[in-house]
Amino acid sequence: MKKLSARRRHPLAAVVVLLLALAATGGLYAAFAPAGKAQADDSAQSLTIKEGKKLYEVGCASCHGTGGQGSSDGPSLVGVGAAAVDFQVGTGRMPAATSQGAQVPRKKVVYNQTQIDQLATYIASLGAGPNVPTKEQYGPGGADIAKGGELFRTNCAQCHNFTGKGGALTKGKFAPSLEGVAPKHIYEAMQTGPQNMPSFPDTTLSSKNKKDIIAYLNAVNGDKTENPGGLELGGLGPVSEGLFAWIFGLGALITVAVWVAARTAKAKKS
Amino acid sequence: MSSQDIPEENLPAEQDHAHGAVGVADEENPFADPGLPPHEHRIQDIDERAARRSERMVALLFTVSMLATIAFIAAYLVIPNDKSIFVFPIGHLSAMNFTLGLTLGVALFCIGAGAVHWARTLMSDVEVADDRHAIAASPEVRAKVHEDFRQGAKESALGRRGLIRTTMFGALALVPLSGVMLLGGLGPAPGTKLRHTMWAKGKRLVNMNTNQPLRPEDVAVGSLTFAMPDGLQETDEEFQTEIAKAALMIVRLQPDNIKDKRELDWSHEGIVAFSKICTHVGCPISLYEQQTHHVLCPCHQSTFDLSDGARVIFGPAGHALPQLHIGVDSEGYLQALGDFEEPVGPAFWERG
Amino acid sequence: MSTAANETPRSRGKAPAGERIADWADGRLGIYSLAKANMRKIFPDHWSFMLGEVCMYSFIIIILTGVYLTLFFHPSMNEVQYHGSYVPLQGQLMSEAFNSTLHISFDVRGGLLMRQIHHWAALIFLAGMFAHMMRVFFTGAFRKPREVNWLFGFLLFVLGMFTGFTGYSLPDDLLSGTGVRFMEGAILSVPIVGTYLSFFLFGGEFPGHDFVARFYSIHILLLPGIMLGLMVGHLILVFYHKHTQFAGPGKTEKNVVGMPLLPVYMAKAGGFFFLVFGVIAAIAAVAQINPIWAMGPYRPDQVSTGAQPDWYMGFSEGLIRFMPGWEINLWGHTLVLGVFIPLVIFPLVLVAIAVYPFIESWVTGDKSEHHILDRPRNAPTRTGLGVAWMTLYLTLLVGGGNDLWATHFHLSINAVTWFVRIAFFVGPVLAFIVTKRICLGLQRRDREKVLHGRETGIIKRLPHGEFIEVHEPLSQEQLHTLTAHHQYEPAEIGPVVDENGVERKVGTSEKLRAKLSSAYYSEDSQIPKPTVDEYKEITSGHGHH
Repeated sequence: MKKLSARRRHPLAAVVVLLLALAATGGLYAAFAPAGKAQADDSAQSLTIKEGKKLYEVGCASCHGTGGQGSSDGPSLVGVGAAAVDFQVGTGRMPAATSQGAQVPRKKVVYNQTQIDQLATYIASLGAGPNVPTKEQYGPGGADIAKGGELFRTNCAQCHNFTGKGGALTKGKFAPSLEGVAPKHIYEAMQTGPQNMPSFPDTTLSSKNKKDIIAYLNAVNGDKTENPGGLELGGLGPVSEGLFAWIFGLGALITVAVWVAARTAKAKKS
Repeated sequence: MSSQDIPEENLPAEQDHAHGAVGVADEENPFADPGLPPHEHRIQDIDERAARRSERMVALLFTVSMLATIAFIAAYLVIPNDKSIFVFPIGHLSAMNFTLGLTLGVALFCIGAGAVHWARTLMSDVEVADDRHAIAASPEVRAKVHEDFRQGAKESALGRRGLIRTTMFGALALVPLSGVMLLGGLGPAPGTKLRHTMWAKGKRLVNMNTNQPLRPEDVAVGSLTFAMPDGLQETDEEFQTEIAKAALMIVRLQPDNIKDKRELDWSHEGIVAFSKICTHVGCPISLYEQQTHHVLCPCHQSTFDLSDGARVIFGPAGHALPQLHIGVDSEGYLQALGDFEEPVGPAFWERG
Repeated sequence: MSTAANETPRSRGKAPAGERIADWADGRLGIYSLAKANMRKIFPDHWSFMLGEVCMYSFIIIILTGVYLTLFFHPSMNEVQYHGSYVPLQGQLMSEAFNSTLHISFDVRGGLLMRQIHHWAALIFLAGMFAHMMRVFFTGAFRKPREVNWLFGFLLFVLGMFTGFTGYSLPDDLLSGTGVRFMEGAILSVPIVGTYLSFFLFGGEFPGHDFVARFYSIHILLLPGIMLGLMVGHLILVFYHKHTQFAGPGKTEKNVVGMPLLPVYMAKAGGFFFLVFGVIAAIAAVAQINPIWAMGPYRPDQVSTGAQPDWYMGFSEGLIRFMPGWEINLWGHTLVLGVFIPLVIFPLVLVAIAVYPFIESWVTGDKSEHHILDRPRNAPTRTGLGVAWMTLYLTLLVGGGNDLWATHFHLSINAVTWFVRIAFFVGPVLAFIVTKRICLGLQRRDREKVLHGRETGIIKRLPHGEFIEVHEPLSQEQLHTLTAHHQYEPAEIGPVVDENGVERKVGTSEKLRAKLSSAYYSEDSQIPKPTVDEYKEITSGHGHH
């Protein structure tokens, strides 16, 4: 300790502190930077409504009511369709821990795909709604990426940011990042409009349009997406760029300036 | 520049004594300036081997710079422009940008580092004190300049010949007006352009995604659609200017949820059409929350309530989003029943 | 620095080539007189004195890379279809400006690097100017005779902001287009002439076909031309005034202590240019900036969330975001206060810091030159005001990024906005009070150190059992450095009755000045520095206890 306190007054102490601060900032950035989460997506065959109903009564009925007619804790599920169930349960949003809070976030998936399919089939039997899309609908085949980009900027970027990094809505609600979200779930979200997101039904945003959007997202925010210029800095635009310029740009230059202006070590005093 | 211009040449005499840093230890005043501390030698000053090491270090840095420049040239010539590489921890990036940037950076940095290391270790590090000189001129110079000016002014007769003075200032004051007039060519007068959009009675609402006219049954409750007037093409020369005013946001509410009477009157089966252009400073506002019916502007967070005449409920916007009066034409397509009744977009002085 | 020419013996009769060239030039340009005054000019060494160099060098880098970019950029808003190598935009309609920027980024070898160096250097240029300005402010380097140079620097900062804004608007991408639209809205809010100004700037309705070309000539010619002139003036004045220095042994108001321009500063400053360029090139190699391809071409009906300007415009974004939506409609006219008030405060925030030197010199009434820098603690009121200003600026920056604060810290955007609304008024006041307290505390500590010596951390037990910490007396160098600063007396209103017994009128400005002066220099605002007598009494009296 004594050594440390003696060195506290060393002329280079400020540099060391600066370096530590830079390292800490970098660490913080790494900690806060959005981490991708991949999700397995197997399709399974449908099971009987009965089995879905069993699952529903155990895991969902307490909020959504028996028979899916809704309660004060959860909306009615009649007519939301299989796609909504597949999205909500498949992204881990449902079952929600609580009906409080600004919105239900994405989290660890509780059911396996077979169970999700059973639940979806059961809910679909309560009233007609959008079906779970097929691989053909959301797959990359025949998609026009550039058209998808234009559609994305018109319909999606205002909430989800230009490459789907997410953004703020009112009163603590937010449009989530689309990084690592399965194409099927993106398709379903557009179809069903979960929570506060508006829906984009096939009548106004055709199935082909949705396919294009998914292909564009995969091109600009997928695992293999190239950021030609280097670090993406969160893909947030000028705010993170400005922070980077101050901390690492000017920070590095000041470190260099400290070296340039510092006294060279003297021979004696040893 | 003649030597007269350089202040060091004509120093005020009284400043000369302050010659640098000859410190005197003062018994009377313990806070007195002790003067510049004695110069201490660096290792390089007394140990030739250390100096050699520094020399080699500088030379090494300059050599690394040369190598980096050669690497830059090689990279420029060899690497395909579209090649992507993965660099941990950055990710996938352009091989060209990465290599060129790093080699250029190293080449430049090493020149600088070499020069600075040279200066720090091998050039003299004896601190020198240099005298400052008064910025202001001496009283003699000041007097001379004033005298010269008075003489010049007198010879010009500007003070005596009032007519010349007045007309000259008048001419000089007027002549820049020509320049101001020329700026008039920068743009047309606003006229009523900001008051009108392409919308007119009978114009169909065309879905911007599919480029097809919209029918009421296409628009589901909770959905969000953007529309433009029929006849506007992306390839039109004035597309940008027209869409900047005409862009439309279409949502469908349950008619019972619409609180504003005019909004209900101007809707069709709960389908309402509002301008997409924020009334604050013109961002395309469209962060629609289908459960709260609020729409938020991503630029400055003005929030409008679409179920209540799109009035402002938060943020810097000053007035509600203009609504377009819509109906259905004989073929069952949504159509405008006129232009917006008030100017869309940001407010302006003549808006009223 | 010895060249082969220098080693040629003089006795051969012919002067070395370098000397002959210099003689030739001197006969025509008078370079020897110039060199006599400047070649061995002394520059003091301190890292914070190099912030200005960071700015100058990044400005040079911006000019170099900017000229390169003009070779490929087409400042035109004609719509074209994209056929370049970036797949996700192929076939899209876009302006030629956007198209050529994509061309530079993907199809010109090294083009992306030049773009990124240009943009990173611009951000660092502005950041450097801000830091440099704060350094000058907090050390009082703006005092006489440097007020004019302070203004030159201030103008450079403001012009730099607008050069940056016009620059990042040129590619006509979705983000910058949104910024231009904001500017249009702001101009429209100007009473009476706003609509006309907007139509003249855009050549008609927004966005029209002209603004890229117009911004281009402003960005590459008008503003940088003025800035270049100001920067040369700034440098000439730095040379003319000679650099300031911190107090220390041997350093007086009448000298400047440091290393000579030739060779040490030449090598250090010249080397620093390469260091700055190298660091910025390396940053441009590893960090992406303004990926316009990801943002897409501008269309007035499209937008992305997180639409912010570059950092130096961020405080204006904060102003506009936290403002309530006030609008007055009277007699057929609209006064858009919600936009116009921020538009007015925007320059006022900047002017507040620009005029400060003149206010301070009016308060002190000090007409003498100052070349020894203040330590910020020794000017508590000034330091407090500076920190208050920075707090205001930072609060506005937070406000400008309120949506990102909300998403990244899981807050409500409305709460963040309300926080900024309150902090805008409260923050600077708190910052002022706290900073002044800290400064006074540090002054007290300096006083203790001078009078009682440095705390060594060694605890000694006296014979009677008491523990004391051994204090080591300071050296004369340290004593001098800690007591070298000048302390003002609060100005008093002169006698109200003159020598003839006639009552004199005391003007409001005189009263205000006296009030301010006492706020600056009364006993609550500065700790009297130790006097020689106090020191002697303590040191001779009871030892080092």
